[in-house]
Amino acid sequence: MTQTGAGVTLNFRDVGVADRPTVGGKGASLGELTRAGIRVPPGFVVSTAAFERFLAEIDPQGSIRRAIEGLGVGDLPVIAKVAEGVRARIAGAPMPDDLAQAILAGYADLCAGAGDEPVAVRSSATSEDGAEASFAGLQDTYLWIRGGERVLHAVRDCWASLYSAESVSYRLRLKLPEGGLAMGVVVQRMVNSRCSGVMFTRSPLTGDRSVIAIESSWGLGSSVVSGVVTPDKYVLSKVTGEIVKRTVSHKTVEHVPDLAAGGVREIPVPEERRDAPCLDEAQIAELAGIGKRVEAHYRCPQDIEWAFAPDGDGGERLYLLQSRPETIWANKEAKPAAAPKANAYAHVFALLGGAKKS
Amino acid sequence: MSANARAFLLPSEIRDVPGTEGWESMYPYFTRFRPEDDKVFWFYNAMHFPEPMPAFDVLTAEIPYQGLGAFTTRVFSFPTTLGIDHRIVNGRVYITAYPVTDPSEIGRRLALFQERAGFYYQNWNRLYDEWKQRMLALIKEVEDIKVPTLPEFDDIEVVTSGRGIGQNHYVRETYHRCVEAFSKMWHYHFEFLMLGYGAYLVFFEFCKKAFPEIADQTVARMVAGIDVFMFRPDEELKTLARLAVELGLDGKLGDGSNPADIMSALEQMGEPGRKWLDALEKARHPWFLMSTGDGFYHHHRSWNDDLSIPFSAIARYAEMLKAGKSIERPTAALKKERERIIAEYRALLSSDEERGAFDQMLGLCHLVFPFVEDHKFYCEHWFTTIWFNKLREFGALLARWGVIAETDDFFHLHHTEADLALQEVSLAWAAGSAPAGRGYWKPILTERKRIWEKLKEWSPPPALGPIPEDIADPALQMLWGITSETLAAWARKPDAGHEHELHGFAASPGIAEGVARVLMNANDIGQMQDGEILICPVTNPSWGPVFGKIRATVSDIGGTMSHAAIVAREYGMPAVVGTGGATKRIKTGQRVRVDGNSGVVTILS
Repeated sequence: MTQTGAGVTLNFRDVGVADRPTVGGKGASLGELTRAGIRVPPGFVVSTAAFERFLAEIDPQGSIRRAIEGLGVGDLPVIAKVAEGVRARIAGAPMPDDLAQAILAGYADLCAGAGDEPVAVRSSATSEDGAEASFAGLQDTYLWIRGGERVLHAVRDCWASLYSAESVSYRLRLKLPEGGLAMGVVVQRMVNSRCSGVMFTRSPLTGDRSVIAIESSWGLGSSVVSGVVTPDKYVLSKVTGEIVKRTVSHKTVEHVPDLAAGGVREIPVPEERRDAPCLDEAQIAELAGIGKRVEAHYRCPQDIEWAFAPDGDGGERLYLLQSRPETIWANKEAKPAAAPKANAYAHVFALLGGAKKS
Repeated sequence: MSANARAFLLPSEIRDVPGTEGWESMYPYFTRFRPEDDKVFWFYNAMHFPEPMPAFDVLTAEIPYQGLGAFTTRVFSFPTTLGIDHRIVNGRVYITAYPVTDPSEIGRRLALFQERAGFYYQNWNRLYDEWKQRMLALIKEVEDIKVPTLPEFDDIEVVTSGRGIGQNHYVRETYHRCVEAFSKMWHYHFEFLMLGYGAYLVFFEFCKKAFPEIADQTVARMVAGIDVFMFRPDEELKTLARLAVELGLDGKLGDGSNPADIMSALEQMGEPGRKWLDALEKARHPWFLMSTGDGFYHHHRSWNDDLSIPFSAIARYAEMLKAGKSIERPTAALKKERERIIAEYRALLSSDEERGAFDQMLGLCHLVFPFVEDHKFYCEHWFTTIWFNKLREFGALLARWGVIAETDDFFHLHHTEADLALQEVSLAWAAGSAPAGRGYWKPILTERKRIWEKLKEWSPPPALGPIPEDIADPALQMLWGITSETLAAWARKPDAGHEHELHGFAASPGIAEGVARVLMNANDIGQMQDGEILICPVTNPSWGPVFGKIRATVSDIGGTMSHAAIVAREYGMPAVVGTGGATKRIKTGQRVRVDGNSGVVTILS
């Protein structure tokens, strides 16, 4: 599948970082990874153009835009009230037929004739890195969605999430123009992770670029990301591959798909798995190898979400669910560890000369 | 820190081991703890002295510390550190380092240090070449010492050459020359060593700043040489194994007989046997002069003195060859890997400025490391093996005169007592009388040997006295792995729920599980069985060949640049060093897991 419905949906295979303005950051990143040969669960992006079409359809006069732009920055009760009204309007409006057909076709393509496969539906914002970081939590993600109608509903819910009170206040505070508002929506096959977690290709603790830090826990990655569990932790050298630090934690809960209701539910981890590591040595090495590849591809340290899931043949496969540039240490001013001196042994004089160690 | 200030016993609180009363008489008066020593922090030098000291062997503490301190305190004038003091309690050597803290004093010393150390760094290769010549000459000098046998009548040459000096004079002279040569050797040993450590420490600190989570062992790998003496003895064993297979002799080597029987069987075989024995003879000198210890105890014999260690290794290598396995040391691959690691870390640095500093510091390490790595073979192995054997000739002389019961009893005399006993024998030889030593020394030595055995039962605390605020001595950190963190860990009781875990330095990567064997004595290394995990006070580089058949090593003491750590990395065998008390907490036969990546040892059963 390539482009259908006049650019309404785009397969990951056909998207790269340059497409960020039309598919959003998350969609662009997943497309870029797919193209780089990294295994990500297959999926497509509902483009920003689709959202614009939808908005034009339900609000040809631009009344929503004017209503939002007329709000006062600090006027929270009014913001909440207006935002709620807009969301109701979006939820109640029918999906234009051409959009619906394109999205349903994309979903059918993902299911590949295997019935209603579960997917994740996530918003994919187009705003810049820094802003996105703080924006991320403001937009919705719907997991374990099955069936075309539910997918359409979730896409609309993602769009509606742009009009949550938090999201609206945020735009008002930053004076972001409503005219430029755009959002892609990612529709992606779910993987039923045996274990999952995050990986930083530099140390989150010290910023050390020579190490990779991995956190892992049982089940779906939402348990690690949301912090409801203390994950196992590994630090390994990017250069030698050796694990320099390993902490196997007591993991009490895990997130599993709620197949009946959709979404995830939290269940206790069975006693015998609580203190067991979720990854073996080969899996840790595989993860680190992928981390290095992704970092090399983007030429900067990455913050990655990953999962190991059954491959259907009794084995397991590693999937990347997301990769974005690491932002915390990237924005810190680093002091050089040392500068060259007149001669090599002058460094010895400096160190042994009683200078205080920093 | 203050919570830990009283974590260790004070020297004055140490009690005698019951049944060893009077142990002090074996050691010089100046090695005893004094009341004011309670104010000083001491740690047990288990690295060099893992066993109680025989009376003679205290020379291997006294003389090295004379040499070390001469160069740090007086010759190079290290700015922040003077020398090392030692004390002996219950037979164990405790040491302390004296820091310089007064800024003006540091400044004064730094000016001298820059001039003096600078000269050595600048002229390093020339001076090191000269060092090797001096060292080889010193070894030859000791080898050539002719220890008098005091026969009934002196040699005719005394008359015909008109020498004019009777043989008993040379007892005194040669004995003193032996002691003096040992002192010179240790001065040579420290002439370059602390400067070498300084260069390493600079690079280490830089790496830790640029890459805060880099493993110590990875820094070490960037510095360590590939073609170093340490691996040469093992290479000789491989060469002998190859030759044995080529000549079809491998069956003879591996039949479990003692080396003397194997050698006489080979001798009787004619041509192929003799060819192999010739090759063996060539390899023995100097490459079999590897001590099973580190040259600090007379009873740690060398491969050359006990051929069973090299023979069993040769047999094992021959077996591997027959089985089609490679025994080659992949030097080219090791070099390439080292270059790759260096290049990748270099590329990860944040600026060309950092890369410039990195190049300078690593370049200096590569300049000084050939000495740091090779000196030990020259000094502790080659020289010291010959030296102890030369002293045995004096022991044999005293034994022949009935002053001591057997040759090695000599080493239960302090070196000044040995001097006295030798003088008395010289006197008796001249007088034509029986030495009084016959009645005097034997009961004393019997008692000392009993006490010495008994002292082995004592578990010395890893440290004594108040923990200092900051420990930043390069040698302490590099060799003994002693930092403020180690001390805090030593002082800590095992956490509840973690009693089965020990923490040390990750010295060589990998994870291994197996049955533990606790070895307190270096000579027992032959007891290790295939697949076992070695638990010892301190690992030794000469154990390399055994490393091929065991799964992992754990030691009480040692840093990541200790020779054992380097050799373990080379053999690809997981190692955790500096655990503080593995030999106490682990028992032979227990299953343990050794994580050489994180430095954790877990007792599984």
